[in-house]
Amino acid sequence: MLNTFMQSRLRGLVVLALILIILPAFLGNPFHYELVTQMAIIAATVVGLNLLVGFAGQISLGHAGFFGLGAYFTGIATGTYGWSSVPALVVGAIVVGFIAWIVGRPILRLKGHYLSMATLAVGFIIAIILNNERALTGGPDGMPVPAFEVFGWQLSAFGSYSLFGIEIEGFQAWYIFASAVLLVAVWFALNLIESPIGRALRSVHGSEVAASVVGVNTAKYKSLVFVISAIYASLMGSLYAHFQGFITPAVASFEFSILFITMVVLGGMGSTFGVILGAVVLKLLPQVLADFQELEHVMFGLILMLTMIFMPKGLLPTLTAFVSKRMRKKAGGEA
Amino acid sequence: MLAEFLQYLFTGITIGATYALIALGFTLIYNASHVINFAQGEFLMIGGMATVSLTSMGVPMILAVVLAVILAGILGIALQRFAIAPAKQADVVTLIIITIGASIFIRGIAQVVWGKEYHVMQNFSTDQPIEVFGAVLNSQSLWVLGIGAILVVGLVLFFTKTLIGKAILATSMNKEAARLVGIRTQMVLMLAFMVSALLGSVAGIVVAPITFTSYDIGIILGLKGFVAAAIGGLGSGVGAVVGGLSLGIVEAMAAGYISSDYKDAVAFSMILLVLFFMPRGLFGAKVVERV
Repeated sequence: MLNTFMQSRLRGLVVLALILIILPAFLGNPFHYELVTQMAIIAATVVGLNLLVGFAGQISLGHAGFFGLGAYFTGIATGTYGWSSVPALVVGAIVVGFIAWIVGRPILRLKGHYLSMATLAVGFIIAIILNNERALTGGPDGMPVPAFEVFGWQLSAFGSYSLFGIEIEGFQAWYIFASAVLLVAVWFALNLIESPIGRALRSVHGSEVAASVVGVNTAKYKSLVFVISAIYASLMGSLYAHFQGFITPAVASFEFSILFITMVVLGGMGSTFGVILGAVVLKLLPQVLADFQELEHVMFGLILMLTMIFMPKGLLPTLTAFVSKRMRKKAGGEA
Repeated sequence: MLAEFLQYLFTGITIGATYALIALGFTLIYNASHVINFAQGEFLMIGGMATVSLTSMGVPMILAVVLAVILAGILGIALQRFAIAPAKQADVVTLIIITIGASIFIRGIAQVVWGKEYHVMQNFSTDQPIEVFGAVLNSQSLWVLGIGAILVVGLVLFFTKTLIGKAILATSMNKEAARLVGIRTQMVLMLAFMVSALLGSVAGIVVAPITFTSYDIGIILGLKGFVAAAIGGLGSGVGAVVGGLSLGIVEAMAAGYISSDYKDAVAFSMILLVLFFMPRGLFGAKVVERV
């Protein structure tokens, strides 16, 4: 019984949950919590993007556009118009999903470089609008975002809360919240991948023509997964805005889109836990390189090139392949 | 009325010629190796920045230009040899990330060497603008157009008249067959990257007096060049020139008549429109895919 459970797709989820539970033991100060909370939100975004890139095999170089739209929808709805957080988050996701559906139809007919060009263009246009509509967005200077709030109860990084009788700080509460969100995001993605929709998507990745020949409506599934990954980005953008308390158009920038896609490719396309690792590594890298501030970009570019050249499958798939090879060798030696 | 229109047209053609040169660089590399080189804009940056810093050290302008172009050429070869060639069987996304990594790397080095400031380059000849029907034409624009035209003609001759040019064409058509007839394809690929880098750096140098130059100028210029190449249809030389010029003109007109805040959005809206109706750009090859 335990065995079949461990074999199931929930195994990874349980491991991830355990890591998230143990992690606070190693987090010393509010800054660490802030970093890990950001990581969790970004990781959930990238898990969504991976559904599109890793499973359906479609590139997006503009995903930060959807992330930024979610962030600004929340910022404007809660900040300027006084909405509550949850309706803002949900309506924002519906609006972004709709936009993704509208642009996705014509865009997803494109292939390879043309698709990357088109998604890049969509992301850029969103970023330019956020930069220029100063009356709504505050322009390049950005805008403040109120704390996350449900029925008058506020989740602020600066508050203090009591959970089952234990006093915790606001940044710890945010960490718990973001961890739960990440687990739900991963759980949903894993289920989707194993569903008939997921199988259809993988068939599109394998060979779009073969998929359509056996009766998979490839256009429908491609735009469906595009919308789902955009909704992931929008929801996480909304949470990110609440958590940061202040947003600038940088959240929708081309650089941010590149960061997202790099996390996917670096961690391992098509590996849900791999892309989480990718998000963790790329969020940690600037911290590690902080001592070489001058050379940060040089090192970042170099690491990006080297890992892509020598581990084109990504970190986690390469590591697991290496470990299982070693284990097999060891087992073979003993036999 | 006419003066205003001519003014926008001059601006558009000048910047459009630059986009065309960048797009040609994309096209060359794409044809030879099917890689979209996101570091293309960095060749422009290297050209402009190296020229500015060499002249400020007292090197004569002509020599500075030659040295800057050689530096970019070496960079192009190095990019192919050390970043693209080792990743042989990589798929499209991986190659895109590699060239993006290369562009971040090159930009990082430029930032360390030359700092973050904007640099001004002198016009090549007179600062005196030329007046045409009430519109003002910067003398540097003539340099951009003249050198752009020379490069395009030179490129056509290179591909039709020289053995090396034909070898690049042969490699782009069928790498295996090219190797069978004795073409050293790895050499040819390095050459394609070098020629592309030369084009980019010259474009970066001639346009620098108009746009100024800084370590991060390559990002947006490179992307606009990519847009121009995609509008024309990736892989088409004529498409690259037409795409570049039309992008420049539409952008200048939109900035003048509609809104200069949304100038950069023009390129990206234009590419979406073109791709919606012509998924392979204006002059893109009609490919029948084998499955």
